[in-house]
Amino acid sequence: MSQKRISREQVLHVAELARIELSEAEQQQLETDLSNILGYIEKLNQLDTEAVEPTFQVGDPGTPWRDDVVTNHPEPEAMLLNAPAREGRLFKVPKIIE
Amino acid sequence: MTSDLHKLTIVEAQARLSRRELTARELTRACLDRIAAVDSRVNAFLTVSEDAALAQADAADARINAGGAPALCGIPLGIKDIFCTRGLRTTCASRILENFIPTFDATVIERLREAGTVFLGKTNMDEFAMGSSTENSAFGPTRNPFDLERVPGGSSGGSGAAVAADECIAALGTDTGGSIRLPAAFCGIVGIKPTYSRVSRYGVIAYASSLDQVGPFTKSVRDAAIMMQALAGIDPRDATSSARPVPDYLRALTGEVKNLRIGVPREYFVEGMQPEVERAIRGALASYRELGAETVEISLPHTEYAIAAYYLIATAEASANLARYDGMRYGLRVEADDHIGLYNRSRDAGFGAEVKRRIMLGTFALSAGYYDAYYLKAQKVRTLIRRDFERAFERCDLIATPTTPATAFRIGERTADPLQMYLSDIFTISVNLAGLPGLAMPCGYDDRGMPVGLQLIGPPFGEETILRAGEAFERAFTPRRPAL
Repeated sequence: MSQKRISREQVLHVAELARIELSEAEQQQLETDLSNILGYIEKLNQLDTEAVEPTFQVGDPGTPWRDDVVTNHPEPEAMLLNAPAREGRLFKVPKIIE
Repeated sequence: MTSDLHKLTIVEAQARLSRRELTARELTRACLDRIAAVDSRVNAFLTVSEDAALAQADAADARINAGGAPALCGIPLGIKDIFCTRGLRTTCASRILENFIPTFDATVIERLREAGTVFLGKTNMDEFAMGSSTENSAFGPTRNPFDLERVPGGSSGGSGAAVAADECIAALGTDTGGSIRLPAAFCGIVGIKPTYSRVSRYGVIAYASSLDQVGPFTKSVRDAAIMMQALAGIDPRDATSSARPVPDYLRALTGEVKNLRIGVPREYFVEGMQPEVERAIRGALASYRELGAETVEISLPHTEYAIAAYYLIATAEASANLARYDGMRYGLRVEADDHIGLYNRSRDAGFGAEVKRRIMLGTFALSAGYYDAYYLKAQKVRTLIRRDFERAFERCDLIATPTTPATAFRIGERTADPLQMYLSDIFTISVNLAGLPGLAMPCGYDDRGMPVGLQLIGPPFGEETILRAGEAFERAFTPRRPAL
């Protein structure tokens, strides 16, 4: 049995950050799976990357710019087409502000 | 009467369409009939849009008859269910999008639609493109047309299987860690992942934004060049898309490989590789030497770290990209007392196990206290992997490798251990990390008749080189069709 690399508390904390409710069985399985995967990932520590710059993007560098003009048209019915719940032209959601 | 029209390549179909020996409607009908005949066994398609396809075919016929129709006019395609198609259900093979109807087309879909291509329907995939076998689909696995007990590869397994089974003339897929090349190899067809930024990602449901690329599945390399011509090019709606001019890919298919230097990385011939795979790849290299190319041994020393780096970078990016599936404006909603509960329950109900695993891993890698050790570390290793390729391309024009260490495995064989599944990507994943173009094509078969895929990797924007090399090999190698 390999060393535990993530605790149940950490799994629950990450699940909270990720906004996913997990059953007891799922929590257990994830503890095992993530521990194994993190164990494998530890091999990256064999490499000295002290003086290495990270690569966040591999395409041509730079940001393309355009004029700040509206190019699409209001399509409220299209926007609401997949709404799980709606009221008039609004998405209906649970109360967010106490 | 059964026709064999569904077995045509793009080149053959184009010729017959332009000579009016064939109509787009007949060709589309033949593909739809083929789907009806075999797809209950293959399960390549999640949605078949028969009426819309025939309407597109009729419109294509009108354009062909009027003259001056674009190259892909009337060609029936399968579309991976990751591309937003206006008015046509797009699920990403997930319960969380099971009934989602996009209100816009992805850029590549828009362009193909304007060019008169026919969309037969949406093909199966691993949920949110996370997988190497299409077993992570919420709607059942797709089966390999060469052996229905085996996987077609993933995540674009539906598109790969559909082309191999002649359910469509060509198909679209996406590739983040090998998701076009691996199914192409397992299904014995051609697949290309272009250079990152060569093809627009607008309207393609995002998995990992610095890795995702759109590419074609075809029956030949020449067909792939035709598809690339239609797909490549800058898109103002994708800020990462490249402004570099798109070359004439067909012009590159000279058949000439004399003095082409082909790099062969020693790290890609590993212990535990299936012997028939090694034999088929070495055979392909020998063929290239006979054609006048030169093979050069090279080293890509950081190969063994690629999977570890990928499963931090891709999952981190995925955790951000999949945060939008919150049950508020679209997708599955499970009611709760408050909005946090609604997020938690909707996402729990809507996401499959692999998706949850990757979101969790990615969230962890980015979280306070772990970002430097995991995510940042992985991006530094990514630089080392890129540099390996840069150094290699000083000594060779392209790199040839196996696409996978083994041929298609059995359905259910690797699902117990996620890590085992991740290791399928060992030869494809570095190419995404470095943003390079990669082509997979059939070069042989194992003792069970399962296809072996050769992978050709080019320098950045080196599609012409790998297309040329691939097409030259193809002139001397006739791929087999499944007995389906």
